[in-house]
Amino acid sequence: MKKEAEALKTQIEAARKAACDTDMASAASGVAPAPRVQLKTRRTLKGHLAKIYAMHWSTDNKLMVSASQDGKLLIWDSHSGNKVNAVPLKSSWVMTCAYAPSGNLVASGGLDNMCTVYNLKTPVIKTVKELDAHTGYLSCARFLSDTEILTSSGDTTCALWDLETGKQKTVFLNHVGDCMCLALSPDMNSFVSGACDSLAKLWDIRDGQCKQTFQGHTSDINAISFYPSGNAIITGSDDCTCKMYDLRADQEVIGYQDAALNSGVTSLALSVSGRLVFAGYDDFNCNIWDSLKGEKVGVLSGHDNRVSCTGVPVDGMCVCTGSWDSFLKIWN
Amino acid sequence: MSNNSAGGLVSMQKSVKQLRFEAGIRRMKVSQAAADLKAFCLQNAHKDPLLMGVPSSDNPFRPPKSCALF
Repeated sequence: MKKEAEALKTQIEAARKAACDTDMASAASGVAPAPRVQLKTRRTLKGHLAKIYAMHWSTDNKLMVSASQDGKLLIWDSHSGNKVNAVPLKSSWVMTCAYAPSGNLVASGGLDNMCTVYNLKTPVIKTVKELDAHTGYLSCARFLSDTEILTSSGDTTCALWDLETGKQKTVFLNHVGDCMCLALSPDMNSFVSGACDSLAKLWDIRDGQCKQTFQGHTSDINAISFYPSGNAIITGSDDCTCKMYDLRADQEVIGYQDAALNSGVTSLALSVSGRLVFAGYDDFNCNIWDSLKGEKVGVLSGHDNRVSCTGVPVDGMCVCTGSWDSFLKIWN
Repeated sequence: MSNNSAGGLVSMQKSVKQLRFEAGIRRMKVSQAAADLKAFCLQNAHKDPLLMGVPSSDNPFRPPKSCALF
């Protein structure tokens, strides 16, 4: 059986090679370079008292939620810079937060192994569910709607939960390392996960099947995102590189790396056309990459500690970076 | 000992099943895939505020320059 596994792996590699008649950079050689991107800090959001681990934009392009190990979720109005709400967490060891597309709910989770969902619209913010079944830390959560949420965990699984019953509907099993991140496809039929086994996997949300596996990274994948067309994904890793994998070609088509960069990638977000990749690094910066040409076209410097999270709202009007220095910055 | 090898066998069977599934997918040529990605990017570039820049008058994070205070 081991022989069969090896033979299949060789077959997959050969099929990928056969499809590999060029790479993204060569295909984009005729494209005009992206303009040098110089973004300014428009807001510095001060309020957290400890490291910020995660942030997520609301679909209204104005509100956002951030999570810090000071034990709070803060809801910000990014336009005014004001705090709209504060949600005290039962466990301060938070690693992720999420805003539901409706704007009604937010979720958090971390070393408590649970995903807790809060209703922002009740007169006093209430915990509506504690999703408790993972046997490892909660690394990422994303709402599909007010009734379903996807989670990734240090227990190597991802799960789809029914928020009405509080139970797991589907468990996604295949990674052999802690799952660190997940991203929903634009059509919401699939999602991708990145893990400490240095693999990214594409899953069908409804049937639970792992459809494709992407290799190439040599260390933990900490960040993952879909390209806006839905046909490619971008990953960021502790190996200090980001990679774009095309789903239909089933392979890496370009890498974003620089010999001078020797810090891991913690987070990433794309501009609305997909042309710009904002990648947060352990070296306190967020580098901006031209996704087609693989060149660095800008940098966001201003944080005094690791950039732990980045996010671009749906309308693409700005990029937000969150850091271990306890501040969030909005740039455009 | 025998428990380990039984668990190992099940896990191996699952791996092989998954690999068979993944080996069977159809793959597009990278040249075609890259062309599609490039086309998407370029078609949507004009709608990308971070790429094109945001004029102050439209920037919710920056008030327009003229601000009369009496």
